Amino acid sequence: MGELLWLIPALPFAGALLLVLFGNRVSRALVSAIGVGSVGISAAVTLVLGIQYLSSRPAFIRQEVWQWFDVAGFSPSIAFHLDALSMVFIFVITFVGFLIHIYSTEYMAEDKDYARFFACMNLFVGSMLMLVMADNLLLLYLGWEGVGLCSYLLIGFWYKEPANGYAARKAFIITRVGDTAMAIGLFMLFQHFGTLHIQSISTEAAQVWSIGNETALIIALLLLGGAVGKSGQLPLQTWLPDAMAGPTPVSALIHAATMVTAGVYLIARMHVVFELAPAAMMAVAVIGAVTLLIAGFAALTQYDIKRVLAYSTISQVGYMFLALGVGAWSSGVFHFMIHGFFKALLFLCAGAIILALHHEQDMRKMGGLSKKLPVVFYTFLIGAASLAAFPLVSAGFYSKDQILWLQLAGENGNIWLYLAGLLGAFITSIYTFRMVFLTFYGEEKTHVGHKPTLAITVPLVILAVLSFAGGFIELPHNFGHVVLFSDFLAPILPAVTMVPDFNQYEWMLQLLAAVISLGGIFIAYLFYYKKPELIDSIHRSETTMAIHRFWHSGWGFDQLYDTLFVRPYVYLSKVNKSDFIDSIYTFIANATQGLHQLFARTQTGVMRNYVAGVVVGAIMILTISLLL
Amino acid sequence: MTTIPMETGLLLAGVLFMLGLISVMIRRNIIFMLISVEIMLNAAGLAFIVAGNHWAQPDGQIMFIFILTMAAAEVSVGLALILQIHHQLKTLNSDAANFMKG
Repeated sequence: MGELLWLIPALPFAGALLLVLFGNRVSRALVSAIGVGSVGISAAVTLVLGIQYLSSRPAFIRQEVWQWFDVAGFSPSIAFHLDALSMVFIFVITFVGFLIHIYSTEYMAEDKDYARFFACMNLFVGSMLMLVMADNLLLLYLGWEGVGLCSYLLIGFWYKEPANGYAARKAFIITRVGDTAMAIGLFMLFQHFGTLHIQSISTEAAQVWSIGNETALIIALLLLGGAVGKSGQLPLQTWLPDAMAGPTPVSALIHAATMVTAGVYLIARMHVVFELAPAAMMAVAVIGAVTLLIAGFAALTQYDIKRVLAYSTISQVGYMFLALGVGAWSSGVFHFMIHGFFKALLFLCAGAIILALHHEQDMRKMGGLSKKLPVVFYTFLIGAASLAAFPLVSAGFYSKDQILWLQLAGENGNIWLYLAGLLGAFITSIYTFRMVFLTFYGEEKTHVGHKPTLAITVPLVILAVLSFAGGFIELPHNFGHVVLFSDFLAPILPAVTMVPDFNQYEWMLQLLAAVISLGGIFIAYLFYYKKPELIDSIHRSETTMAIHRFWHSGWGFDQLYDTLFVRPYVYLSKVNKSDFIDSIYTFIANATQGLHQLFARTQTGVMRNYVAGVVVGAIMILTISLLL
Repeated sequence: MTTIPMETGLLLAGVLFMLGLISVMIRRNIIFMLISVEIMLNAAGLAFIVAGNHWAQPDGQIMFIFILTMAAAEVSVGLALILQIHHQLKTLNSDAANFMKG
């Protein structure tokens, strides 16, 4: 049944190749057909395989396409591995990716580099599929780097604007810091196991290392470094808000389906190694908790609608890390899936708004759009409800509530992580509905130009349905008790060890989470709809404005890194402009040149001088032979 | 018949050689330079004759015949070059033919 497996990543790659080679020579309709079609067929193949997989439930399906190379006993193959975990990721990547591609046909319709856009998007989806389907870490790393390359190409898509090129380079370089850590981690894994095959490492690691092994800890931390870079977590989160320079469908793809979730996948995939290093697990949880708070506060103060969403992604990926960090693997992956739906939805809605308002992204210039763009309004509302974890009816409530619950009920959780998550949830619902009220309510400030057509509204409606209904496949114990999703993942990802006799408190915590979410919405309603003068009073105070500026700049991380790394580096390169090492070699070259010029002067062309030279030489040789 | 001592013969050859060498170096006219080279060749030939006479060997005279033959060939090449230089540069001044410098 696995014969079709290779088609899933191969189709987007083939689409990218065709578009790169012939994209500029064929009509736009054909470009759309290739670009959207390749991902669409890939999604269809995923669906077929998914149904087969669900009906027969094998442990995993493996398909080896060919052997990559074989050097000194190291022989990785181009082989794909399908199990429940990669199934979830492939499903989200191909389906959400497909919807984003459909959306892009309208969003990018006016762009002259239409073919280049779809080529990069296909390559992006293909790389991400390779990342999640790889059966060894080397192939995973190839996909990992491919994703990094595509993010560079797409963030800097409108390359004529220098700021976009800067954002693209920033994303590439900062994620490269994490990638380097990850590469070292892979070297160490290879040194210890002599293979990079994920299954073998997972089985052997548990036998070779005991819990708390130092090597396991170092490797887990290095892999965490890679995950932190790609997933935009503290301290490598600064590239993500700037990545908004790319076209909006790209942001949707980066934040929902690809790239950012690669780190979550890596940790979930290598969970055996992480379980052997409790300190690394704690680091994952703490990074998640701190990141979700920092990003949440930063999102509160942004005016650019896409930057709010970018910070909310950092914050939501922080929740996923929080879940992974306490060993709630399937909850982290569940939140990834739900987040993939609602974040793609929110970004695509934001894109529709931006398109309608002639590329205006400032929320202060939006308003009153609920009447003008009804489809966008209602779908955005569903996405926002999911992001803010609106109780009972939104998918986000079930995924986030599970994470928060396991912070207390899980053995590895603790009260501080829970409180951080709870505070984060409160802030999330404030900034989410701040966005809703600023954008859709109040008076209209910018004229609506472009009305979205079917290519935009259909993906929005599908994603809205998923963001609404996706949560019902996993319901809490005391409320429906549906565990389809965690059962599906159970063969791959172990369940959380629960604290005994804690279940009776679950309804209290759910109530608390619900109250927190509704309270956040109410505060947003109060400040941004009912009594806007409250905001003005905040803006008048000097202290709060200082905090506001601090949060607005993303907690000053850009300035900090600028001072710590960028400026010393620029200074050093300025000092060493002529390259100290190189001067040794230039000296040799210059000396040779000088001698050459000196001797060239003896070539006068006058014959008598040459005769004199011969005579002098002869006399010298004679003298020497006589004397010796 | 009084024999000339070898030292006298070699001294004459040396003086002739030096004269030839000096005039190659100081003459500008290319024909004079050729003549000076001939003088040097003949000085060398004289040295062979003297040496052959001293050891009563015929080799010295054989070498002189060789030198004469070689000089004839050399003069023909030299004269051809001089003709070419005169044809190209309209002068016999060797310093004028200094295009191949540096």
